[in-house]
Amino acid sequence: MTEKNMPLWEVFIRSRTGLSHRHAGSLHAPDAEMALQNARDVYTRRGEGLSIWVVPSSAITASDPTDKDVMFEPTASKIYRHPTFYEVPDEVGHM
Amino acid sequence: MYAQALNTVTEVSKDDPAKLAAFQARIDAEEKIEPNDWMPEGYRKTLVRQISQHAHSEIVGMLPEGNWITRAPSLKRKAALLAKVQDEGGHGLYLYSAAETLGVSREELVDALHSGRAKYSSIFNYPTPSWADMGMIGWLVDGAAIMNQIPLCRTSFGPYARAMIRICKEESFHQRQGYEIVMTLARGTPAQKKMAQDSLNRWWWPALMMFGPSDSASQHSDQNMKWKIKRFSNDALRQKFIDATVPQGHFLGLTFPDPDLKFNEATGHWEHGEIDWAEFNRVVKGEGPCNRERIKARIKAHDEGAWVREAALAHAEKRAARKAAARIAAE
Repeated sequence: MTEKNMPLWEVFIRSRTGLSHRHAGSLHAPDAEMALQNARDVYTRRGEGLSIWVVPSSAITASDPTDKDVMFEPTASKIYRHPTFYEVPDEVGHM
Repeated sequence: MYAQALNTVTEVSKDDPAKLAAFQARIDAEEKIEPNDWMPEGYRKTLVRQISQHAHSEIVGMLPEGNWITRAPSLKRKAALLAKVQDEGGHGLYLYSAAETLGVSREELVDALHSGRAKYSSIFNYPTPSWADMGMIGWLVDGAAIMNQIPLCRTSFGPYARAMIRICKEESFHQRQGYEIVMTLARGTPAQKKMAQDSLNRWWWPALMMFGPSDSASQHSDQNMKWKIKRFSNDALRQKFIDATVPQGHFLGLTFPDPDLKFNEATGHWEHGEIDWAEFNRVVKGEGPCNRERIKARIKAHDEGAWVREAALAHAEKRAARKAAARIAAE
């Protein structure tokens, strides 16, 4: 008898009210409901969360880390997108 | 930028009283409400309206400044203005997405704007005839928006609060670049200083109107405060803005077009003259200087962008078909 591989799930946890869910790790489970139960046991044994999301790992499309320069470097030269680029005298107060 | 308090009265709730009480207890305990949580219909409707109005304001808000991108006086100013308008487009997208978590579609929201059913901030219905207006929008309009948006970072609906945190982080650049433009003009030639003063004269009152009707006339504040969608009254936020902004203008040697503006030593606040609410109501109802032009421009942009959306969909279909063909060939 050959065993079927269980799909991989990515686990996201909201640690406190108001915060977005953050990636915690992954696990194997046969379906979404069992993935949620497993995630509870694997990732929230010490009250780490208020809410869990599980997403099939195969549903995630990720950028290629080797593309990071092409993707993100162009913003490095756009210093005018930052507040500190503009001179506002101290007397004017915080802005 | 900010969708002001334009909402009509929140509807009387027909929800289950036990559920309502539990909901209110969560709000009172400063818990955030998330999209899948139970919520009263009125809460959902109010949020859809407010968040989408806010999103529309960001998108329509690109137009008055877009007017000057090709005519900015230097490459530096042009790059900054372009980046600012791009940010506003991004803010609109964050907010539309937050509204969509409540079960409305992007298409419905955009259609409500184009058909005139949805409102957006009255401030964007004023024209931008001079370069100084770019400075004034950054300093006053974004300044007023920040006053409104900082408390919204703690609003009770999670996706809205998180979108606001992201937006507030990006907004500081907008106000500073605006103030720098105004300062440069105010310290320039007499003609440049006059340009700044003329612009301040035109924008001051509309900026004060951004905070919405005065508390005595605001129809919906109580319920929204109870639900912690809103945390400060329109008048309280307006006062905060005036207190912060008037000294910034005086520092530049500019004056404000309000003969009744005076500092009250006892309260520590600047007192202002009567706001022309008749003008505010006219602009909100569609009779401002640029209302028709703004909606026309939005519809035109949407229609002229249709081919891009169609091409992207066709491209995705083509790629999917190629992938399927490759899979069949491999089998």
